[in-house]
Amino acid sequence: MTPTPHGDNRQLEQRAHAIRRNALMMGKVQGQGYIAQALDIADVLAVSYFHAMNWRADDPQWEGRDRFFLSIGHYAIALYAALIEAGILTPAHIETYGGDDSHLPMSGMAAYTPGMEITGGSLGQGLSVAVGACLGLKRKGSKSRVFNLLSDGELGEGSTWEAAMSAAHWQLDNLVAIVDNNNQQADGASRQMLSSEPLHEKWQAFGWFTQRVNGNDLAELVAAFDAARAHPEPVPRVIICDTKMGRGVSFLEARERNHFMRVDADEWDKALADLDEGARR
Amino acid sequence: MKHTRQFPAPDPSRPRRSTSAMIASFVAEGQKTRLAPFGHALVALARERPAIVGMTADLSKYTDLYVFAQAFPERFYQMGMAEQLLMGAAAGMAREGFIPFATTYAVFASRRAYDFICMAIAEESLPVKIVCALPGLTTGYGPSHQATDDLAIMRAMPNLTVIDPCDALEIEQAVSVIADHPGPVYMRLLRGQVPLVLDDYNYRFQLGKAAMLREGREVLFISSGLMTMRALEAAKALEADAIGCAVLHVATLKPLDEAAILAAAAKPGRLVVVAENHSVIGGLGEAVAAALMRAGLHPAFRQIALPDAFLDAGALPTLHDRYGISTEAICSQIKGWL
Repeated sequence: MTPTPHGDNRQLEQRAHAIRRNALMMGKVQGQGYIAQALDIADVLAVSYFHAMNWRADDPQWEGRDRFFLSIGHYAIALYAALIEAGILTPAHIETYGGDDSHLPMSGMAAYTPGMEITGGSLGQGLSVAVGACLGLKRKGSKSRVFNLLSDGELGEGSTWEAAMSAAHWQLDNLVAIVDNNNQQADGASRQMLSSEPLHEKWQAFGWFTQRVNGNDLAELVAAFDAARAHPEPVPRVIICDTKMGRGVSFLEARERNHFMRVDADEWDKALADLDEGARR
Repeated sequence: MKHTRQFPAPDPSRPRRSTSAMIASFVAEGQKTRLAPFGHALVALARERPAIVGMTADLSKYTDLYVFAQAFPERFYQMGMAEQLLMGAAAGMAREGFIPFATTYAVFASRRAYDFICMAIAEESLPVKIVCALPGLTTGYGPSHQATDDLAIMRAMPNLTVIDPCDALEIEQAVSVIADHPGPVYMRLLRGQVPLVLDDYNYRFQLGKAAMLREGREVLFISSGLMTMRALEAAKALEADAIGCAVLHVATLKPLDEAAILAAAAKPGRLVVVAENHSVIGGLGEAVAAALMRAGLHPAFRQIALPDAFLDAGALPTLHDRYGISTEAICSQIKGWL
């Protein structure tokens, strides 16, 4: 995969739409799941996989690839959706999502799934692993980068900030942290649990090249990923993405209890139709 | 990392209905249950005990502490997704005279916050009650949430009392008992719709006491937690094969009721089977084995426990069968050993 040219986001729109569709199809298999997160992060994944990152569909372990570390294991449904769109997984995997003996367990695990780089799920570990991988890549003289997707809830874990200090200390300009700031976690709104705001100032104070964008705006995302690549200083990069849970399906966007969403059997096809209609507008 | 797991190729014509969702039920069809026994018992106790506070790390919903949070919003502390902070702050609360009930998942308390529990809470023997959901193999979500090693980890900590209750009744009774206990406690929690089993056995939870729930001549089960429920079911099923099974329920792993265990195991001619929802390493099985050895008792001895491995993701009933802790799997293991 080589980066798409600047300025043409129609392809990325189609990619994001396909990722959302794949995720909804997996949600339909189980009747429930972390579907609202998958919908909110689809644009970020589209830009990561189809604009920013280098990878090979026929060789997920290609040494020259950029690495995508999913700390937040429960977002696996979203990453599977992107990996299917990328051709690393196949659409036939969709029907097995979350079942016994499936390559697609509900929580992302490296040993189960081609393209799943780390085993996430115990939040607050991914950024530390990314620090080590970036040190290793530099030691090898590799130009590959590490993209680590975290969530705002995960910022509550102190270990995240140990890694944040370390990344700046080691001048890891090959590290791109992406924070999905959707203000939702298991018990409710993140800002009512343990607020991590002001996010921009925090990351900046920790020594990171910090950008905060609308994570559901492809043009803003493309510009941010480009700036993260081009930034001249030897510092780690973070892109804080303000996103909307359930993005792209109007009635799911409006739903309140959305961390682990239960969707009625007849609603999945409605959701797919709603998504397709939104894409046509 | 390269993926190493091999599975049969997906077959789209055969959709699978199983789920590796985080929250899974092990309640048998038609089984009696109670909803959120921990939450309701804590609310009842807290009405009389103003020193009790509730604290959690983004898991009030999934540890039934939400019931307390709704009843006493000003005594509930949402600490965010920060288990080390949770345990440190619970220690601070306890230092100021309160009795914190701190909840999270068993993996996060035992693995992530271990040093904080150890030094901030246990070393000073502060009265923090650590109550943790998803013990052992009670979720099909995979190793990140399967606390197959929590008893081994927590048993090793000085001053800490360790409890693995069986059912809703025992959880309800244990809440007030552990609140009265002057030191720190780690209690495994079953949450949501929790089976009700021990009401048929005239049971009363006592800290540090094992209880003989039924007698039998061929097999002595020594069990804790939900495996006592399974042992009782297996004992009933094995009656059909004329295999008599005694069940000694050991809810408190530490301090261990060695006297009761030795008395039961000293009865000659019985196969001793320790059944636990935990790894074969460091849990009730090895604790019982060591107690028997120290006392010079050498009965035939077997463990029904989870393997020393990171377990699969999948549907909980599938996994209980696969790892030998379902009632059917227990029965077939017993028949194989006799």
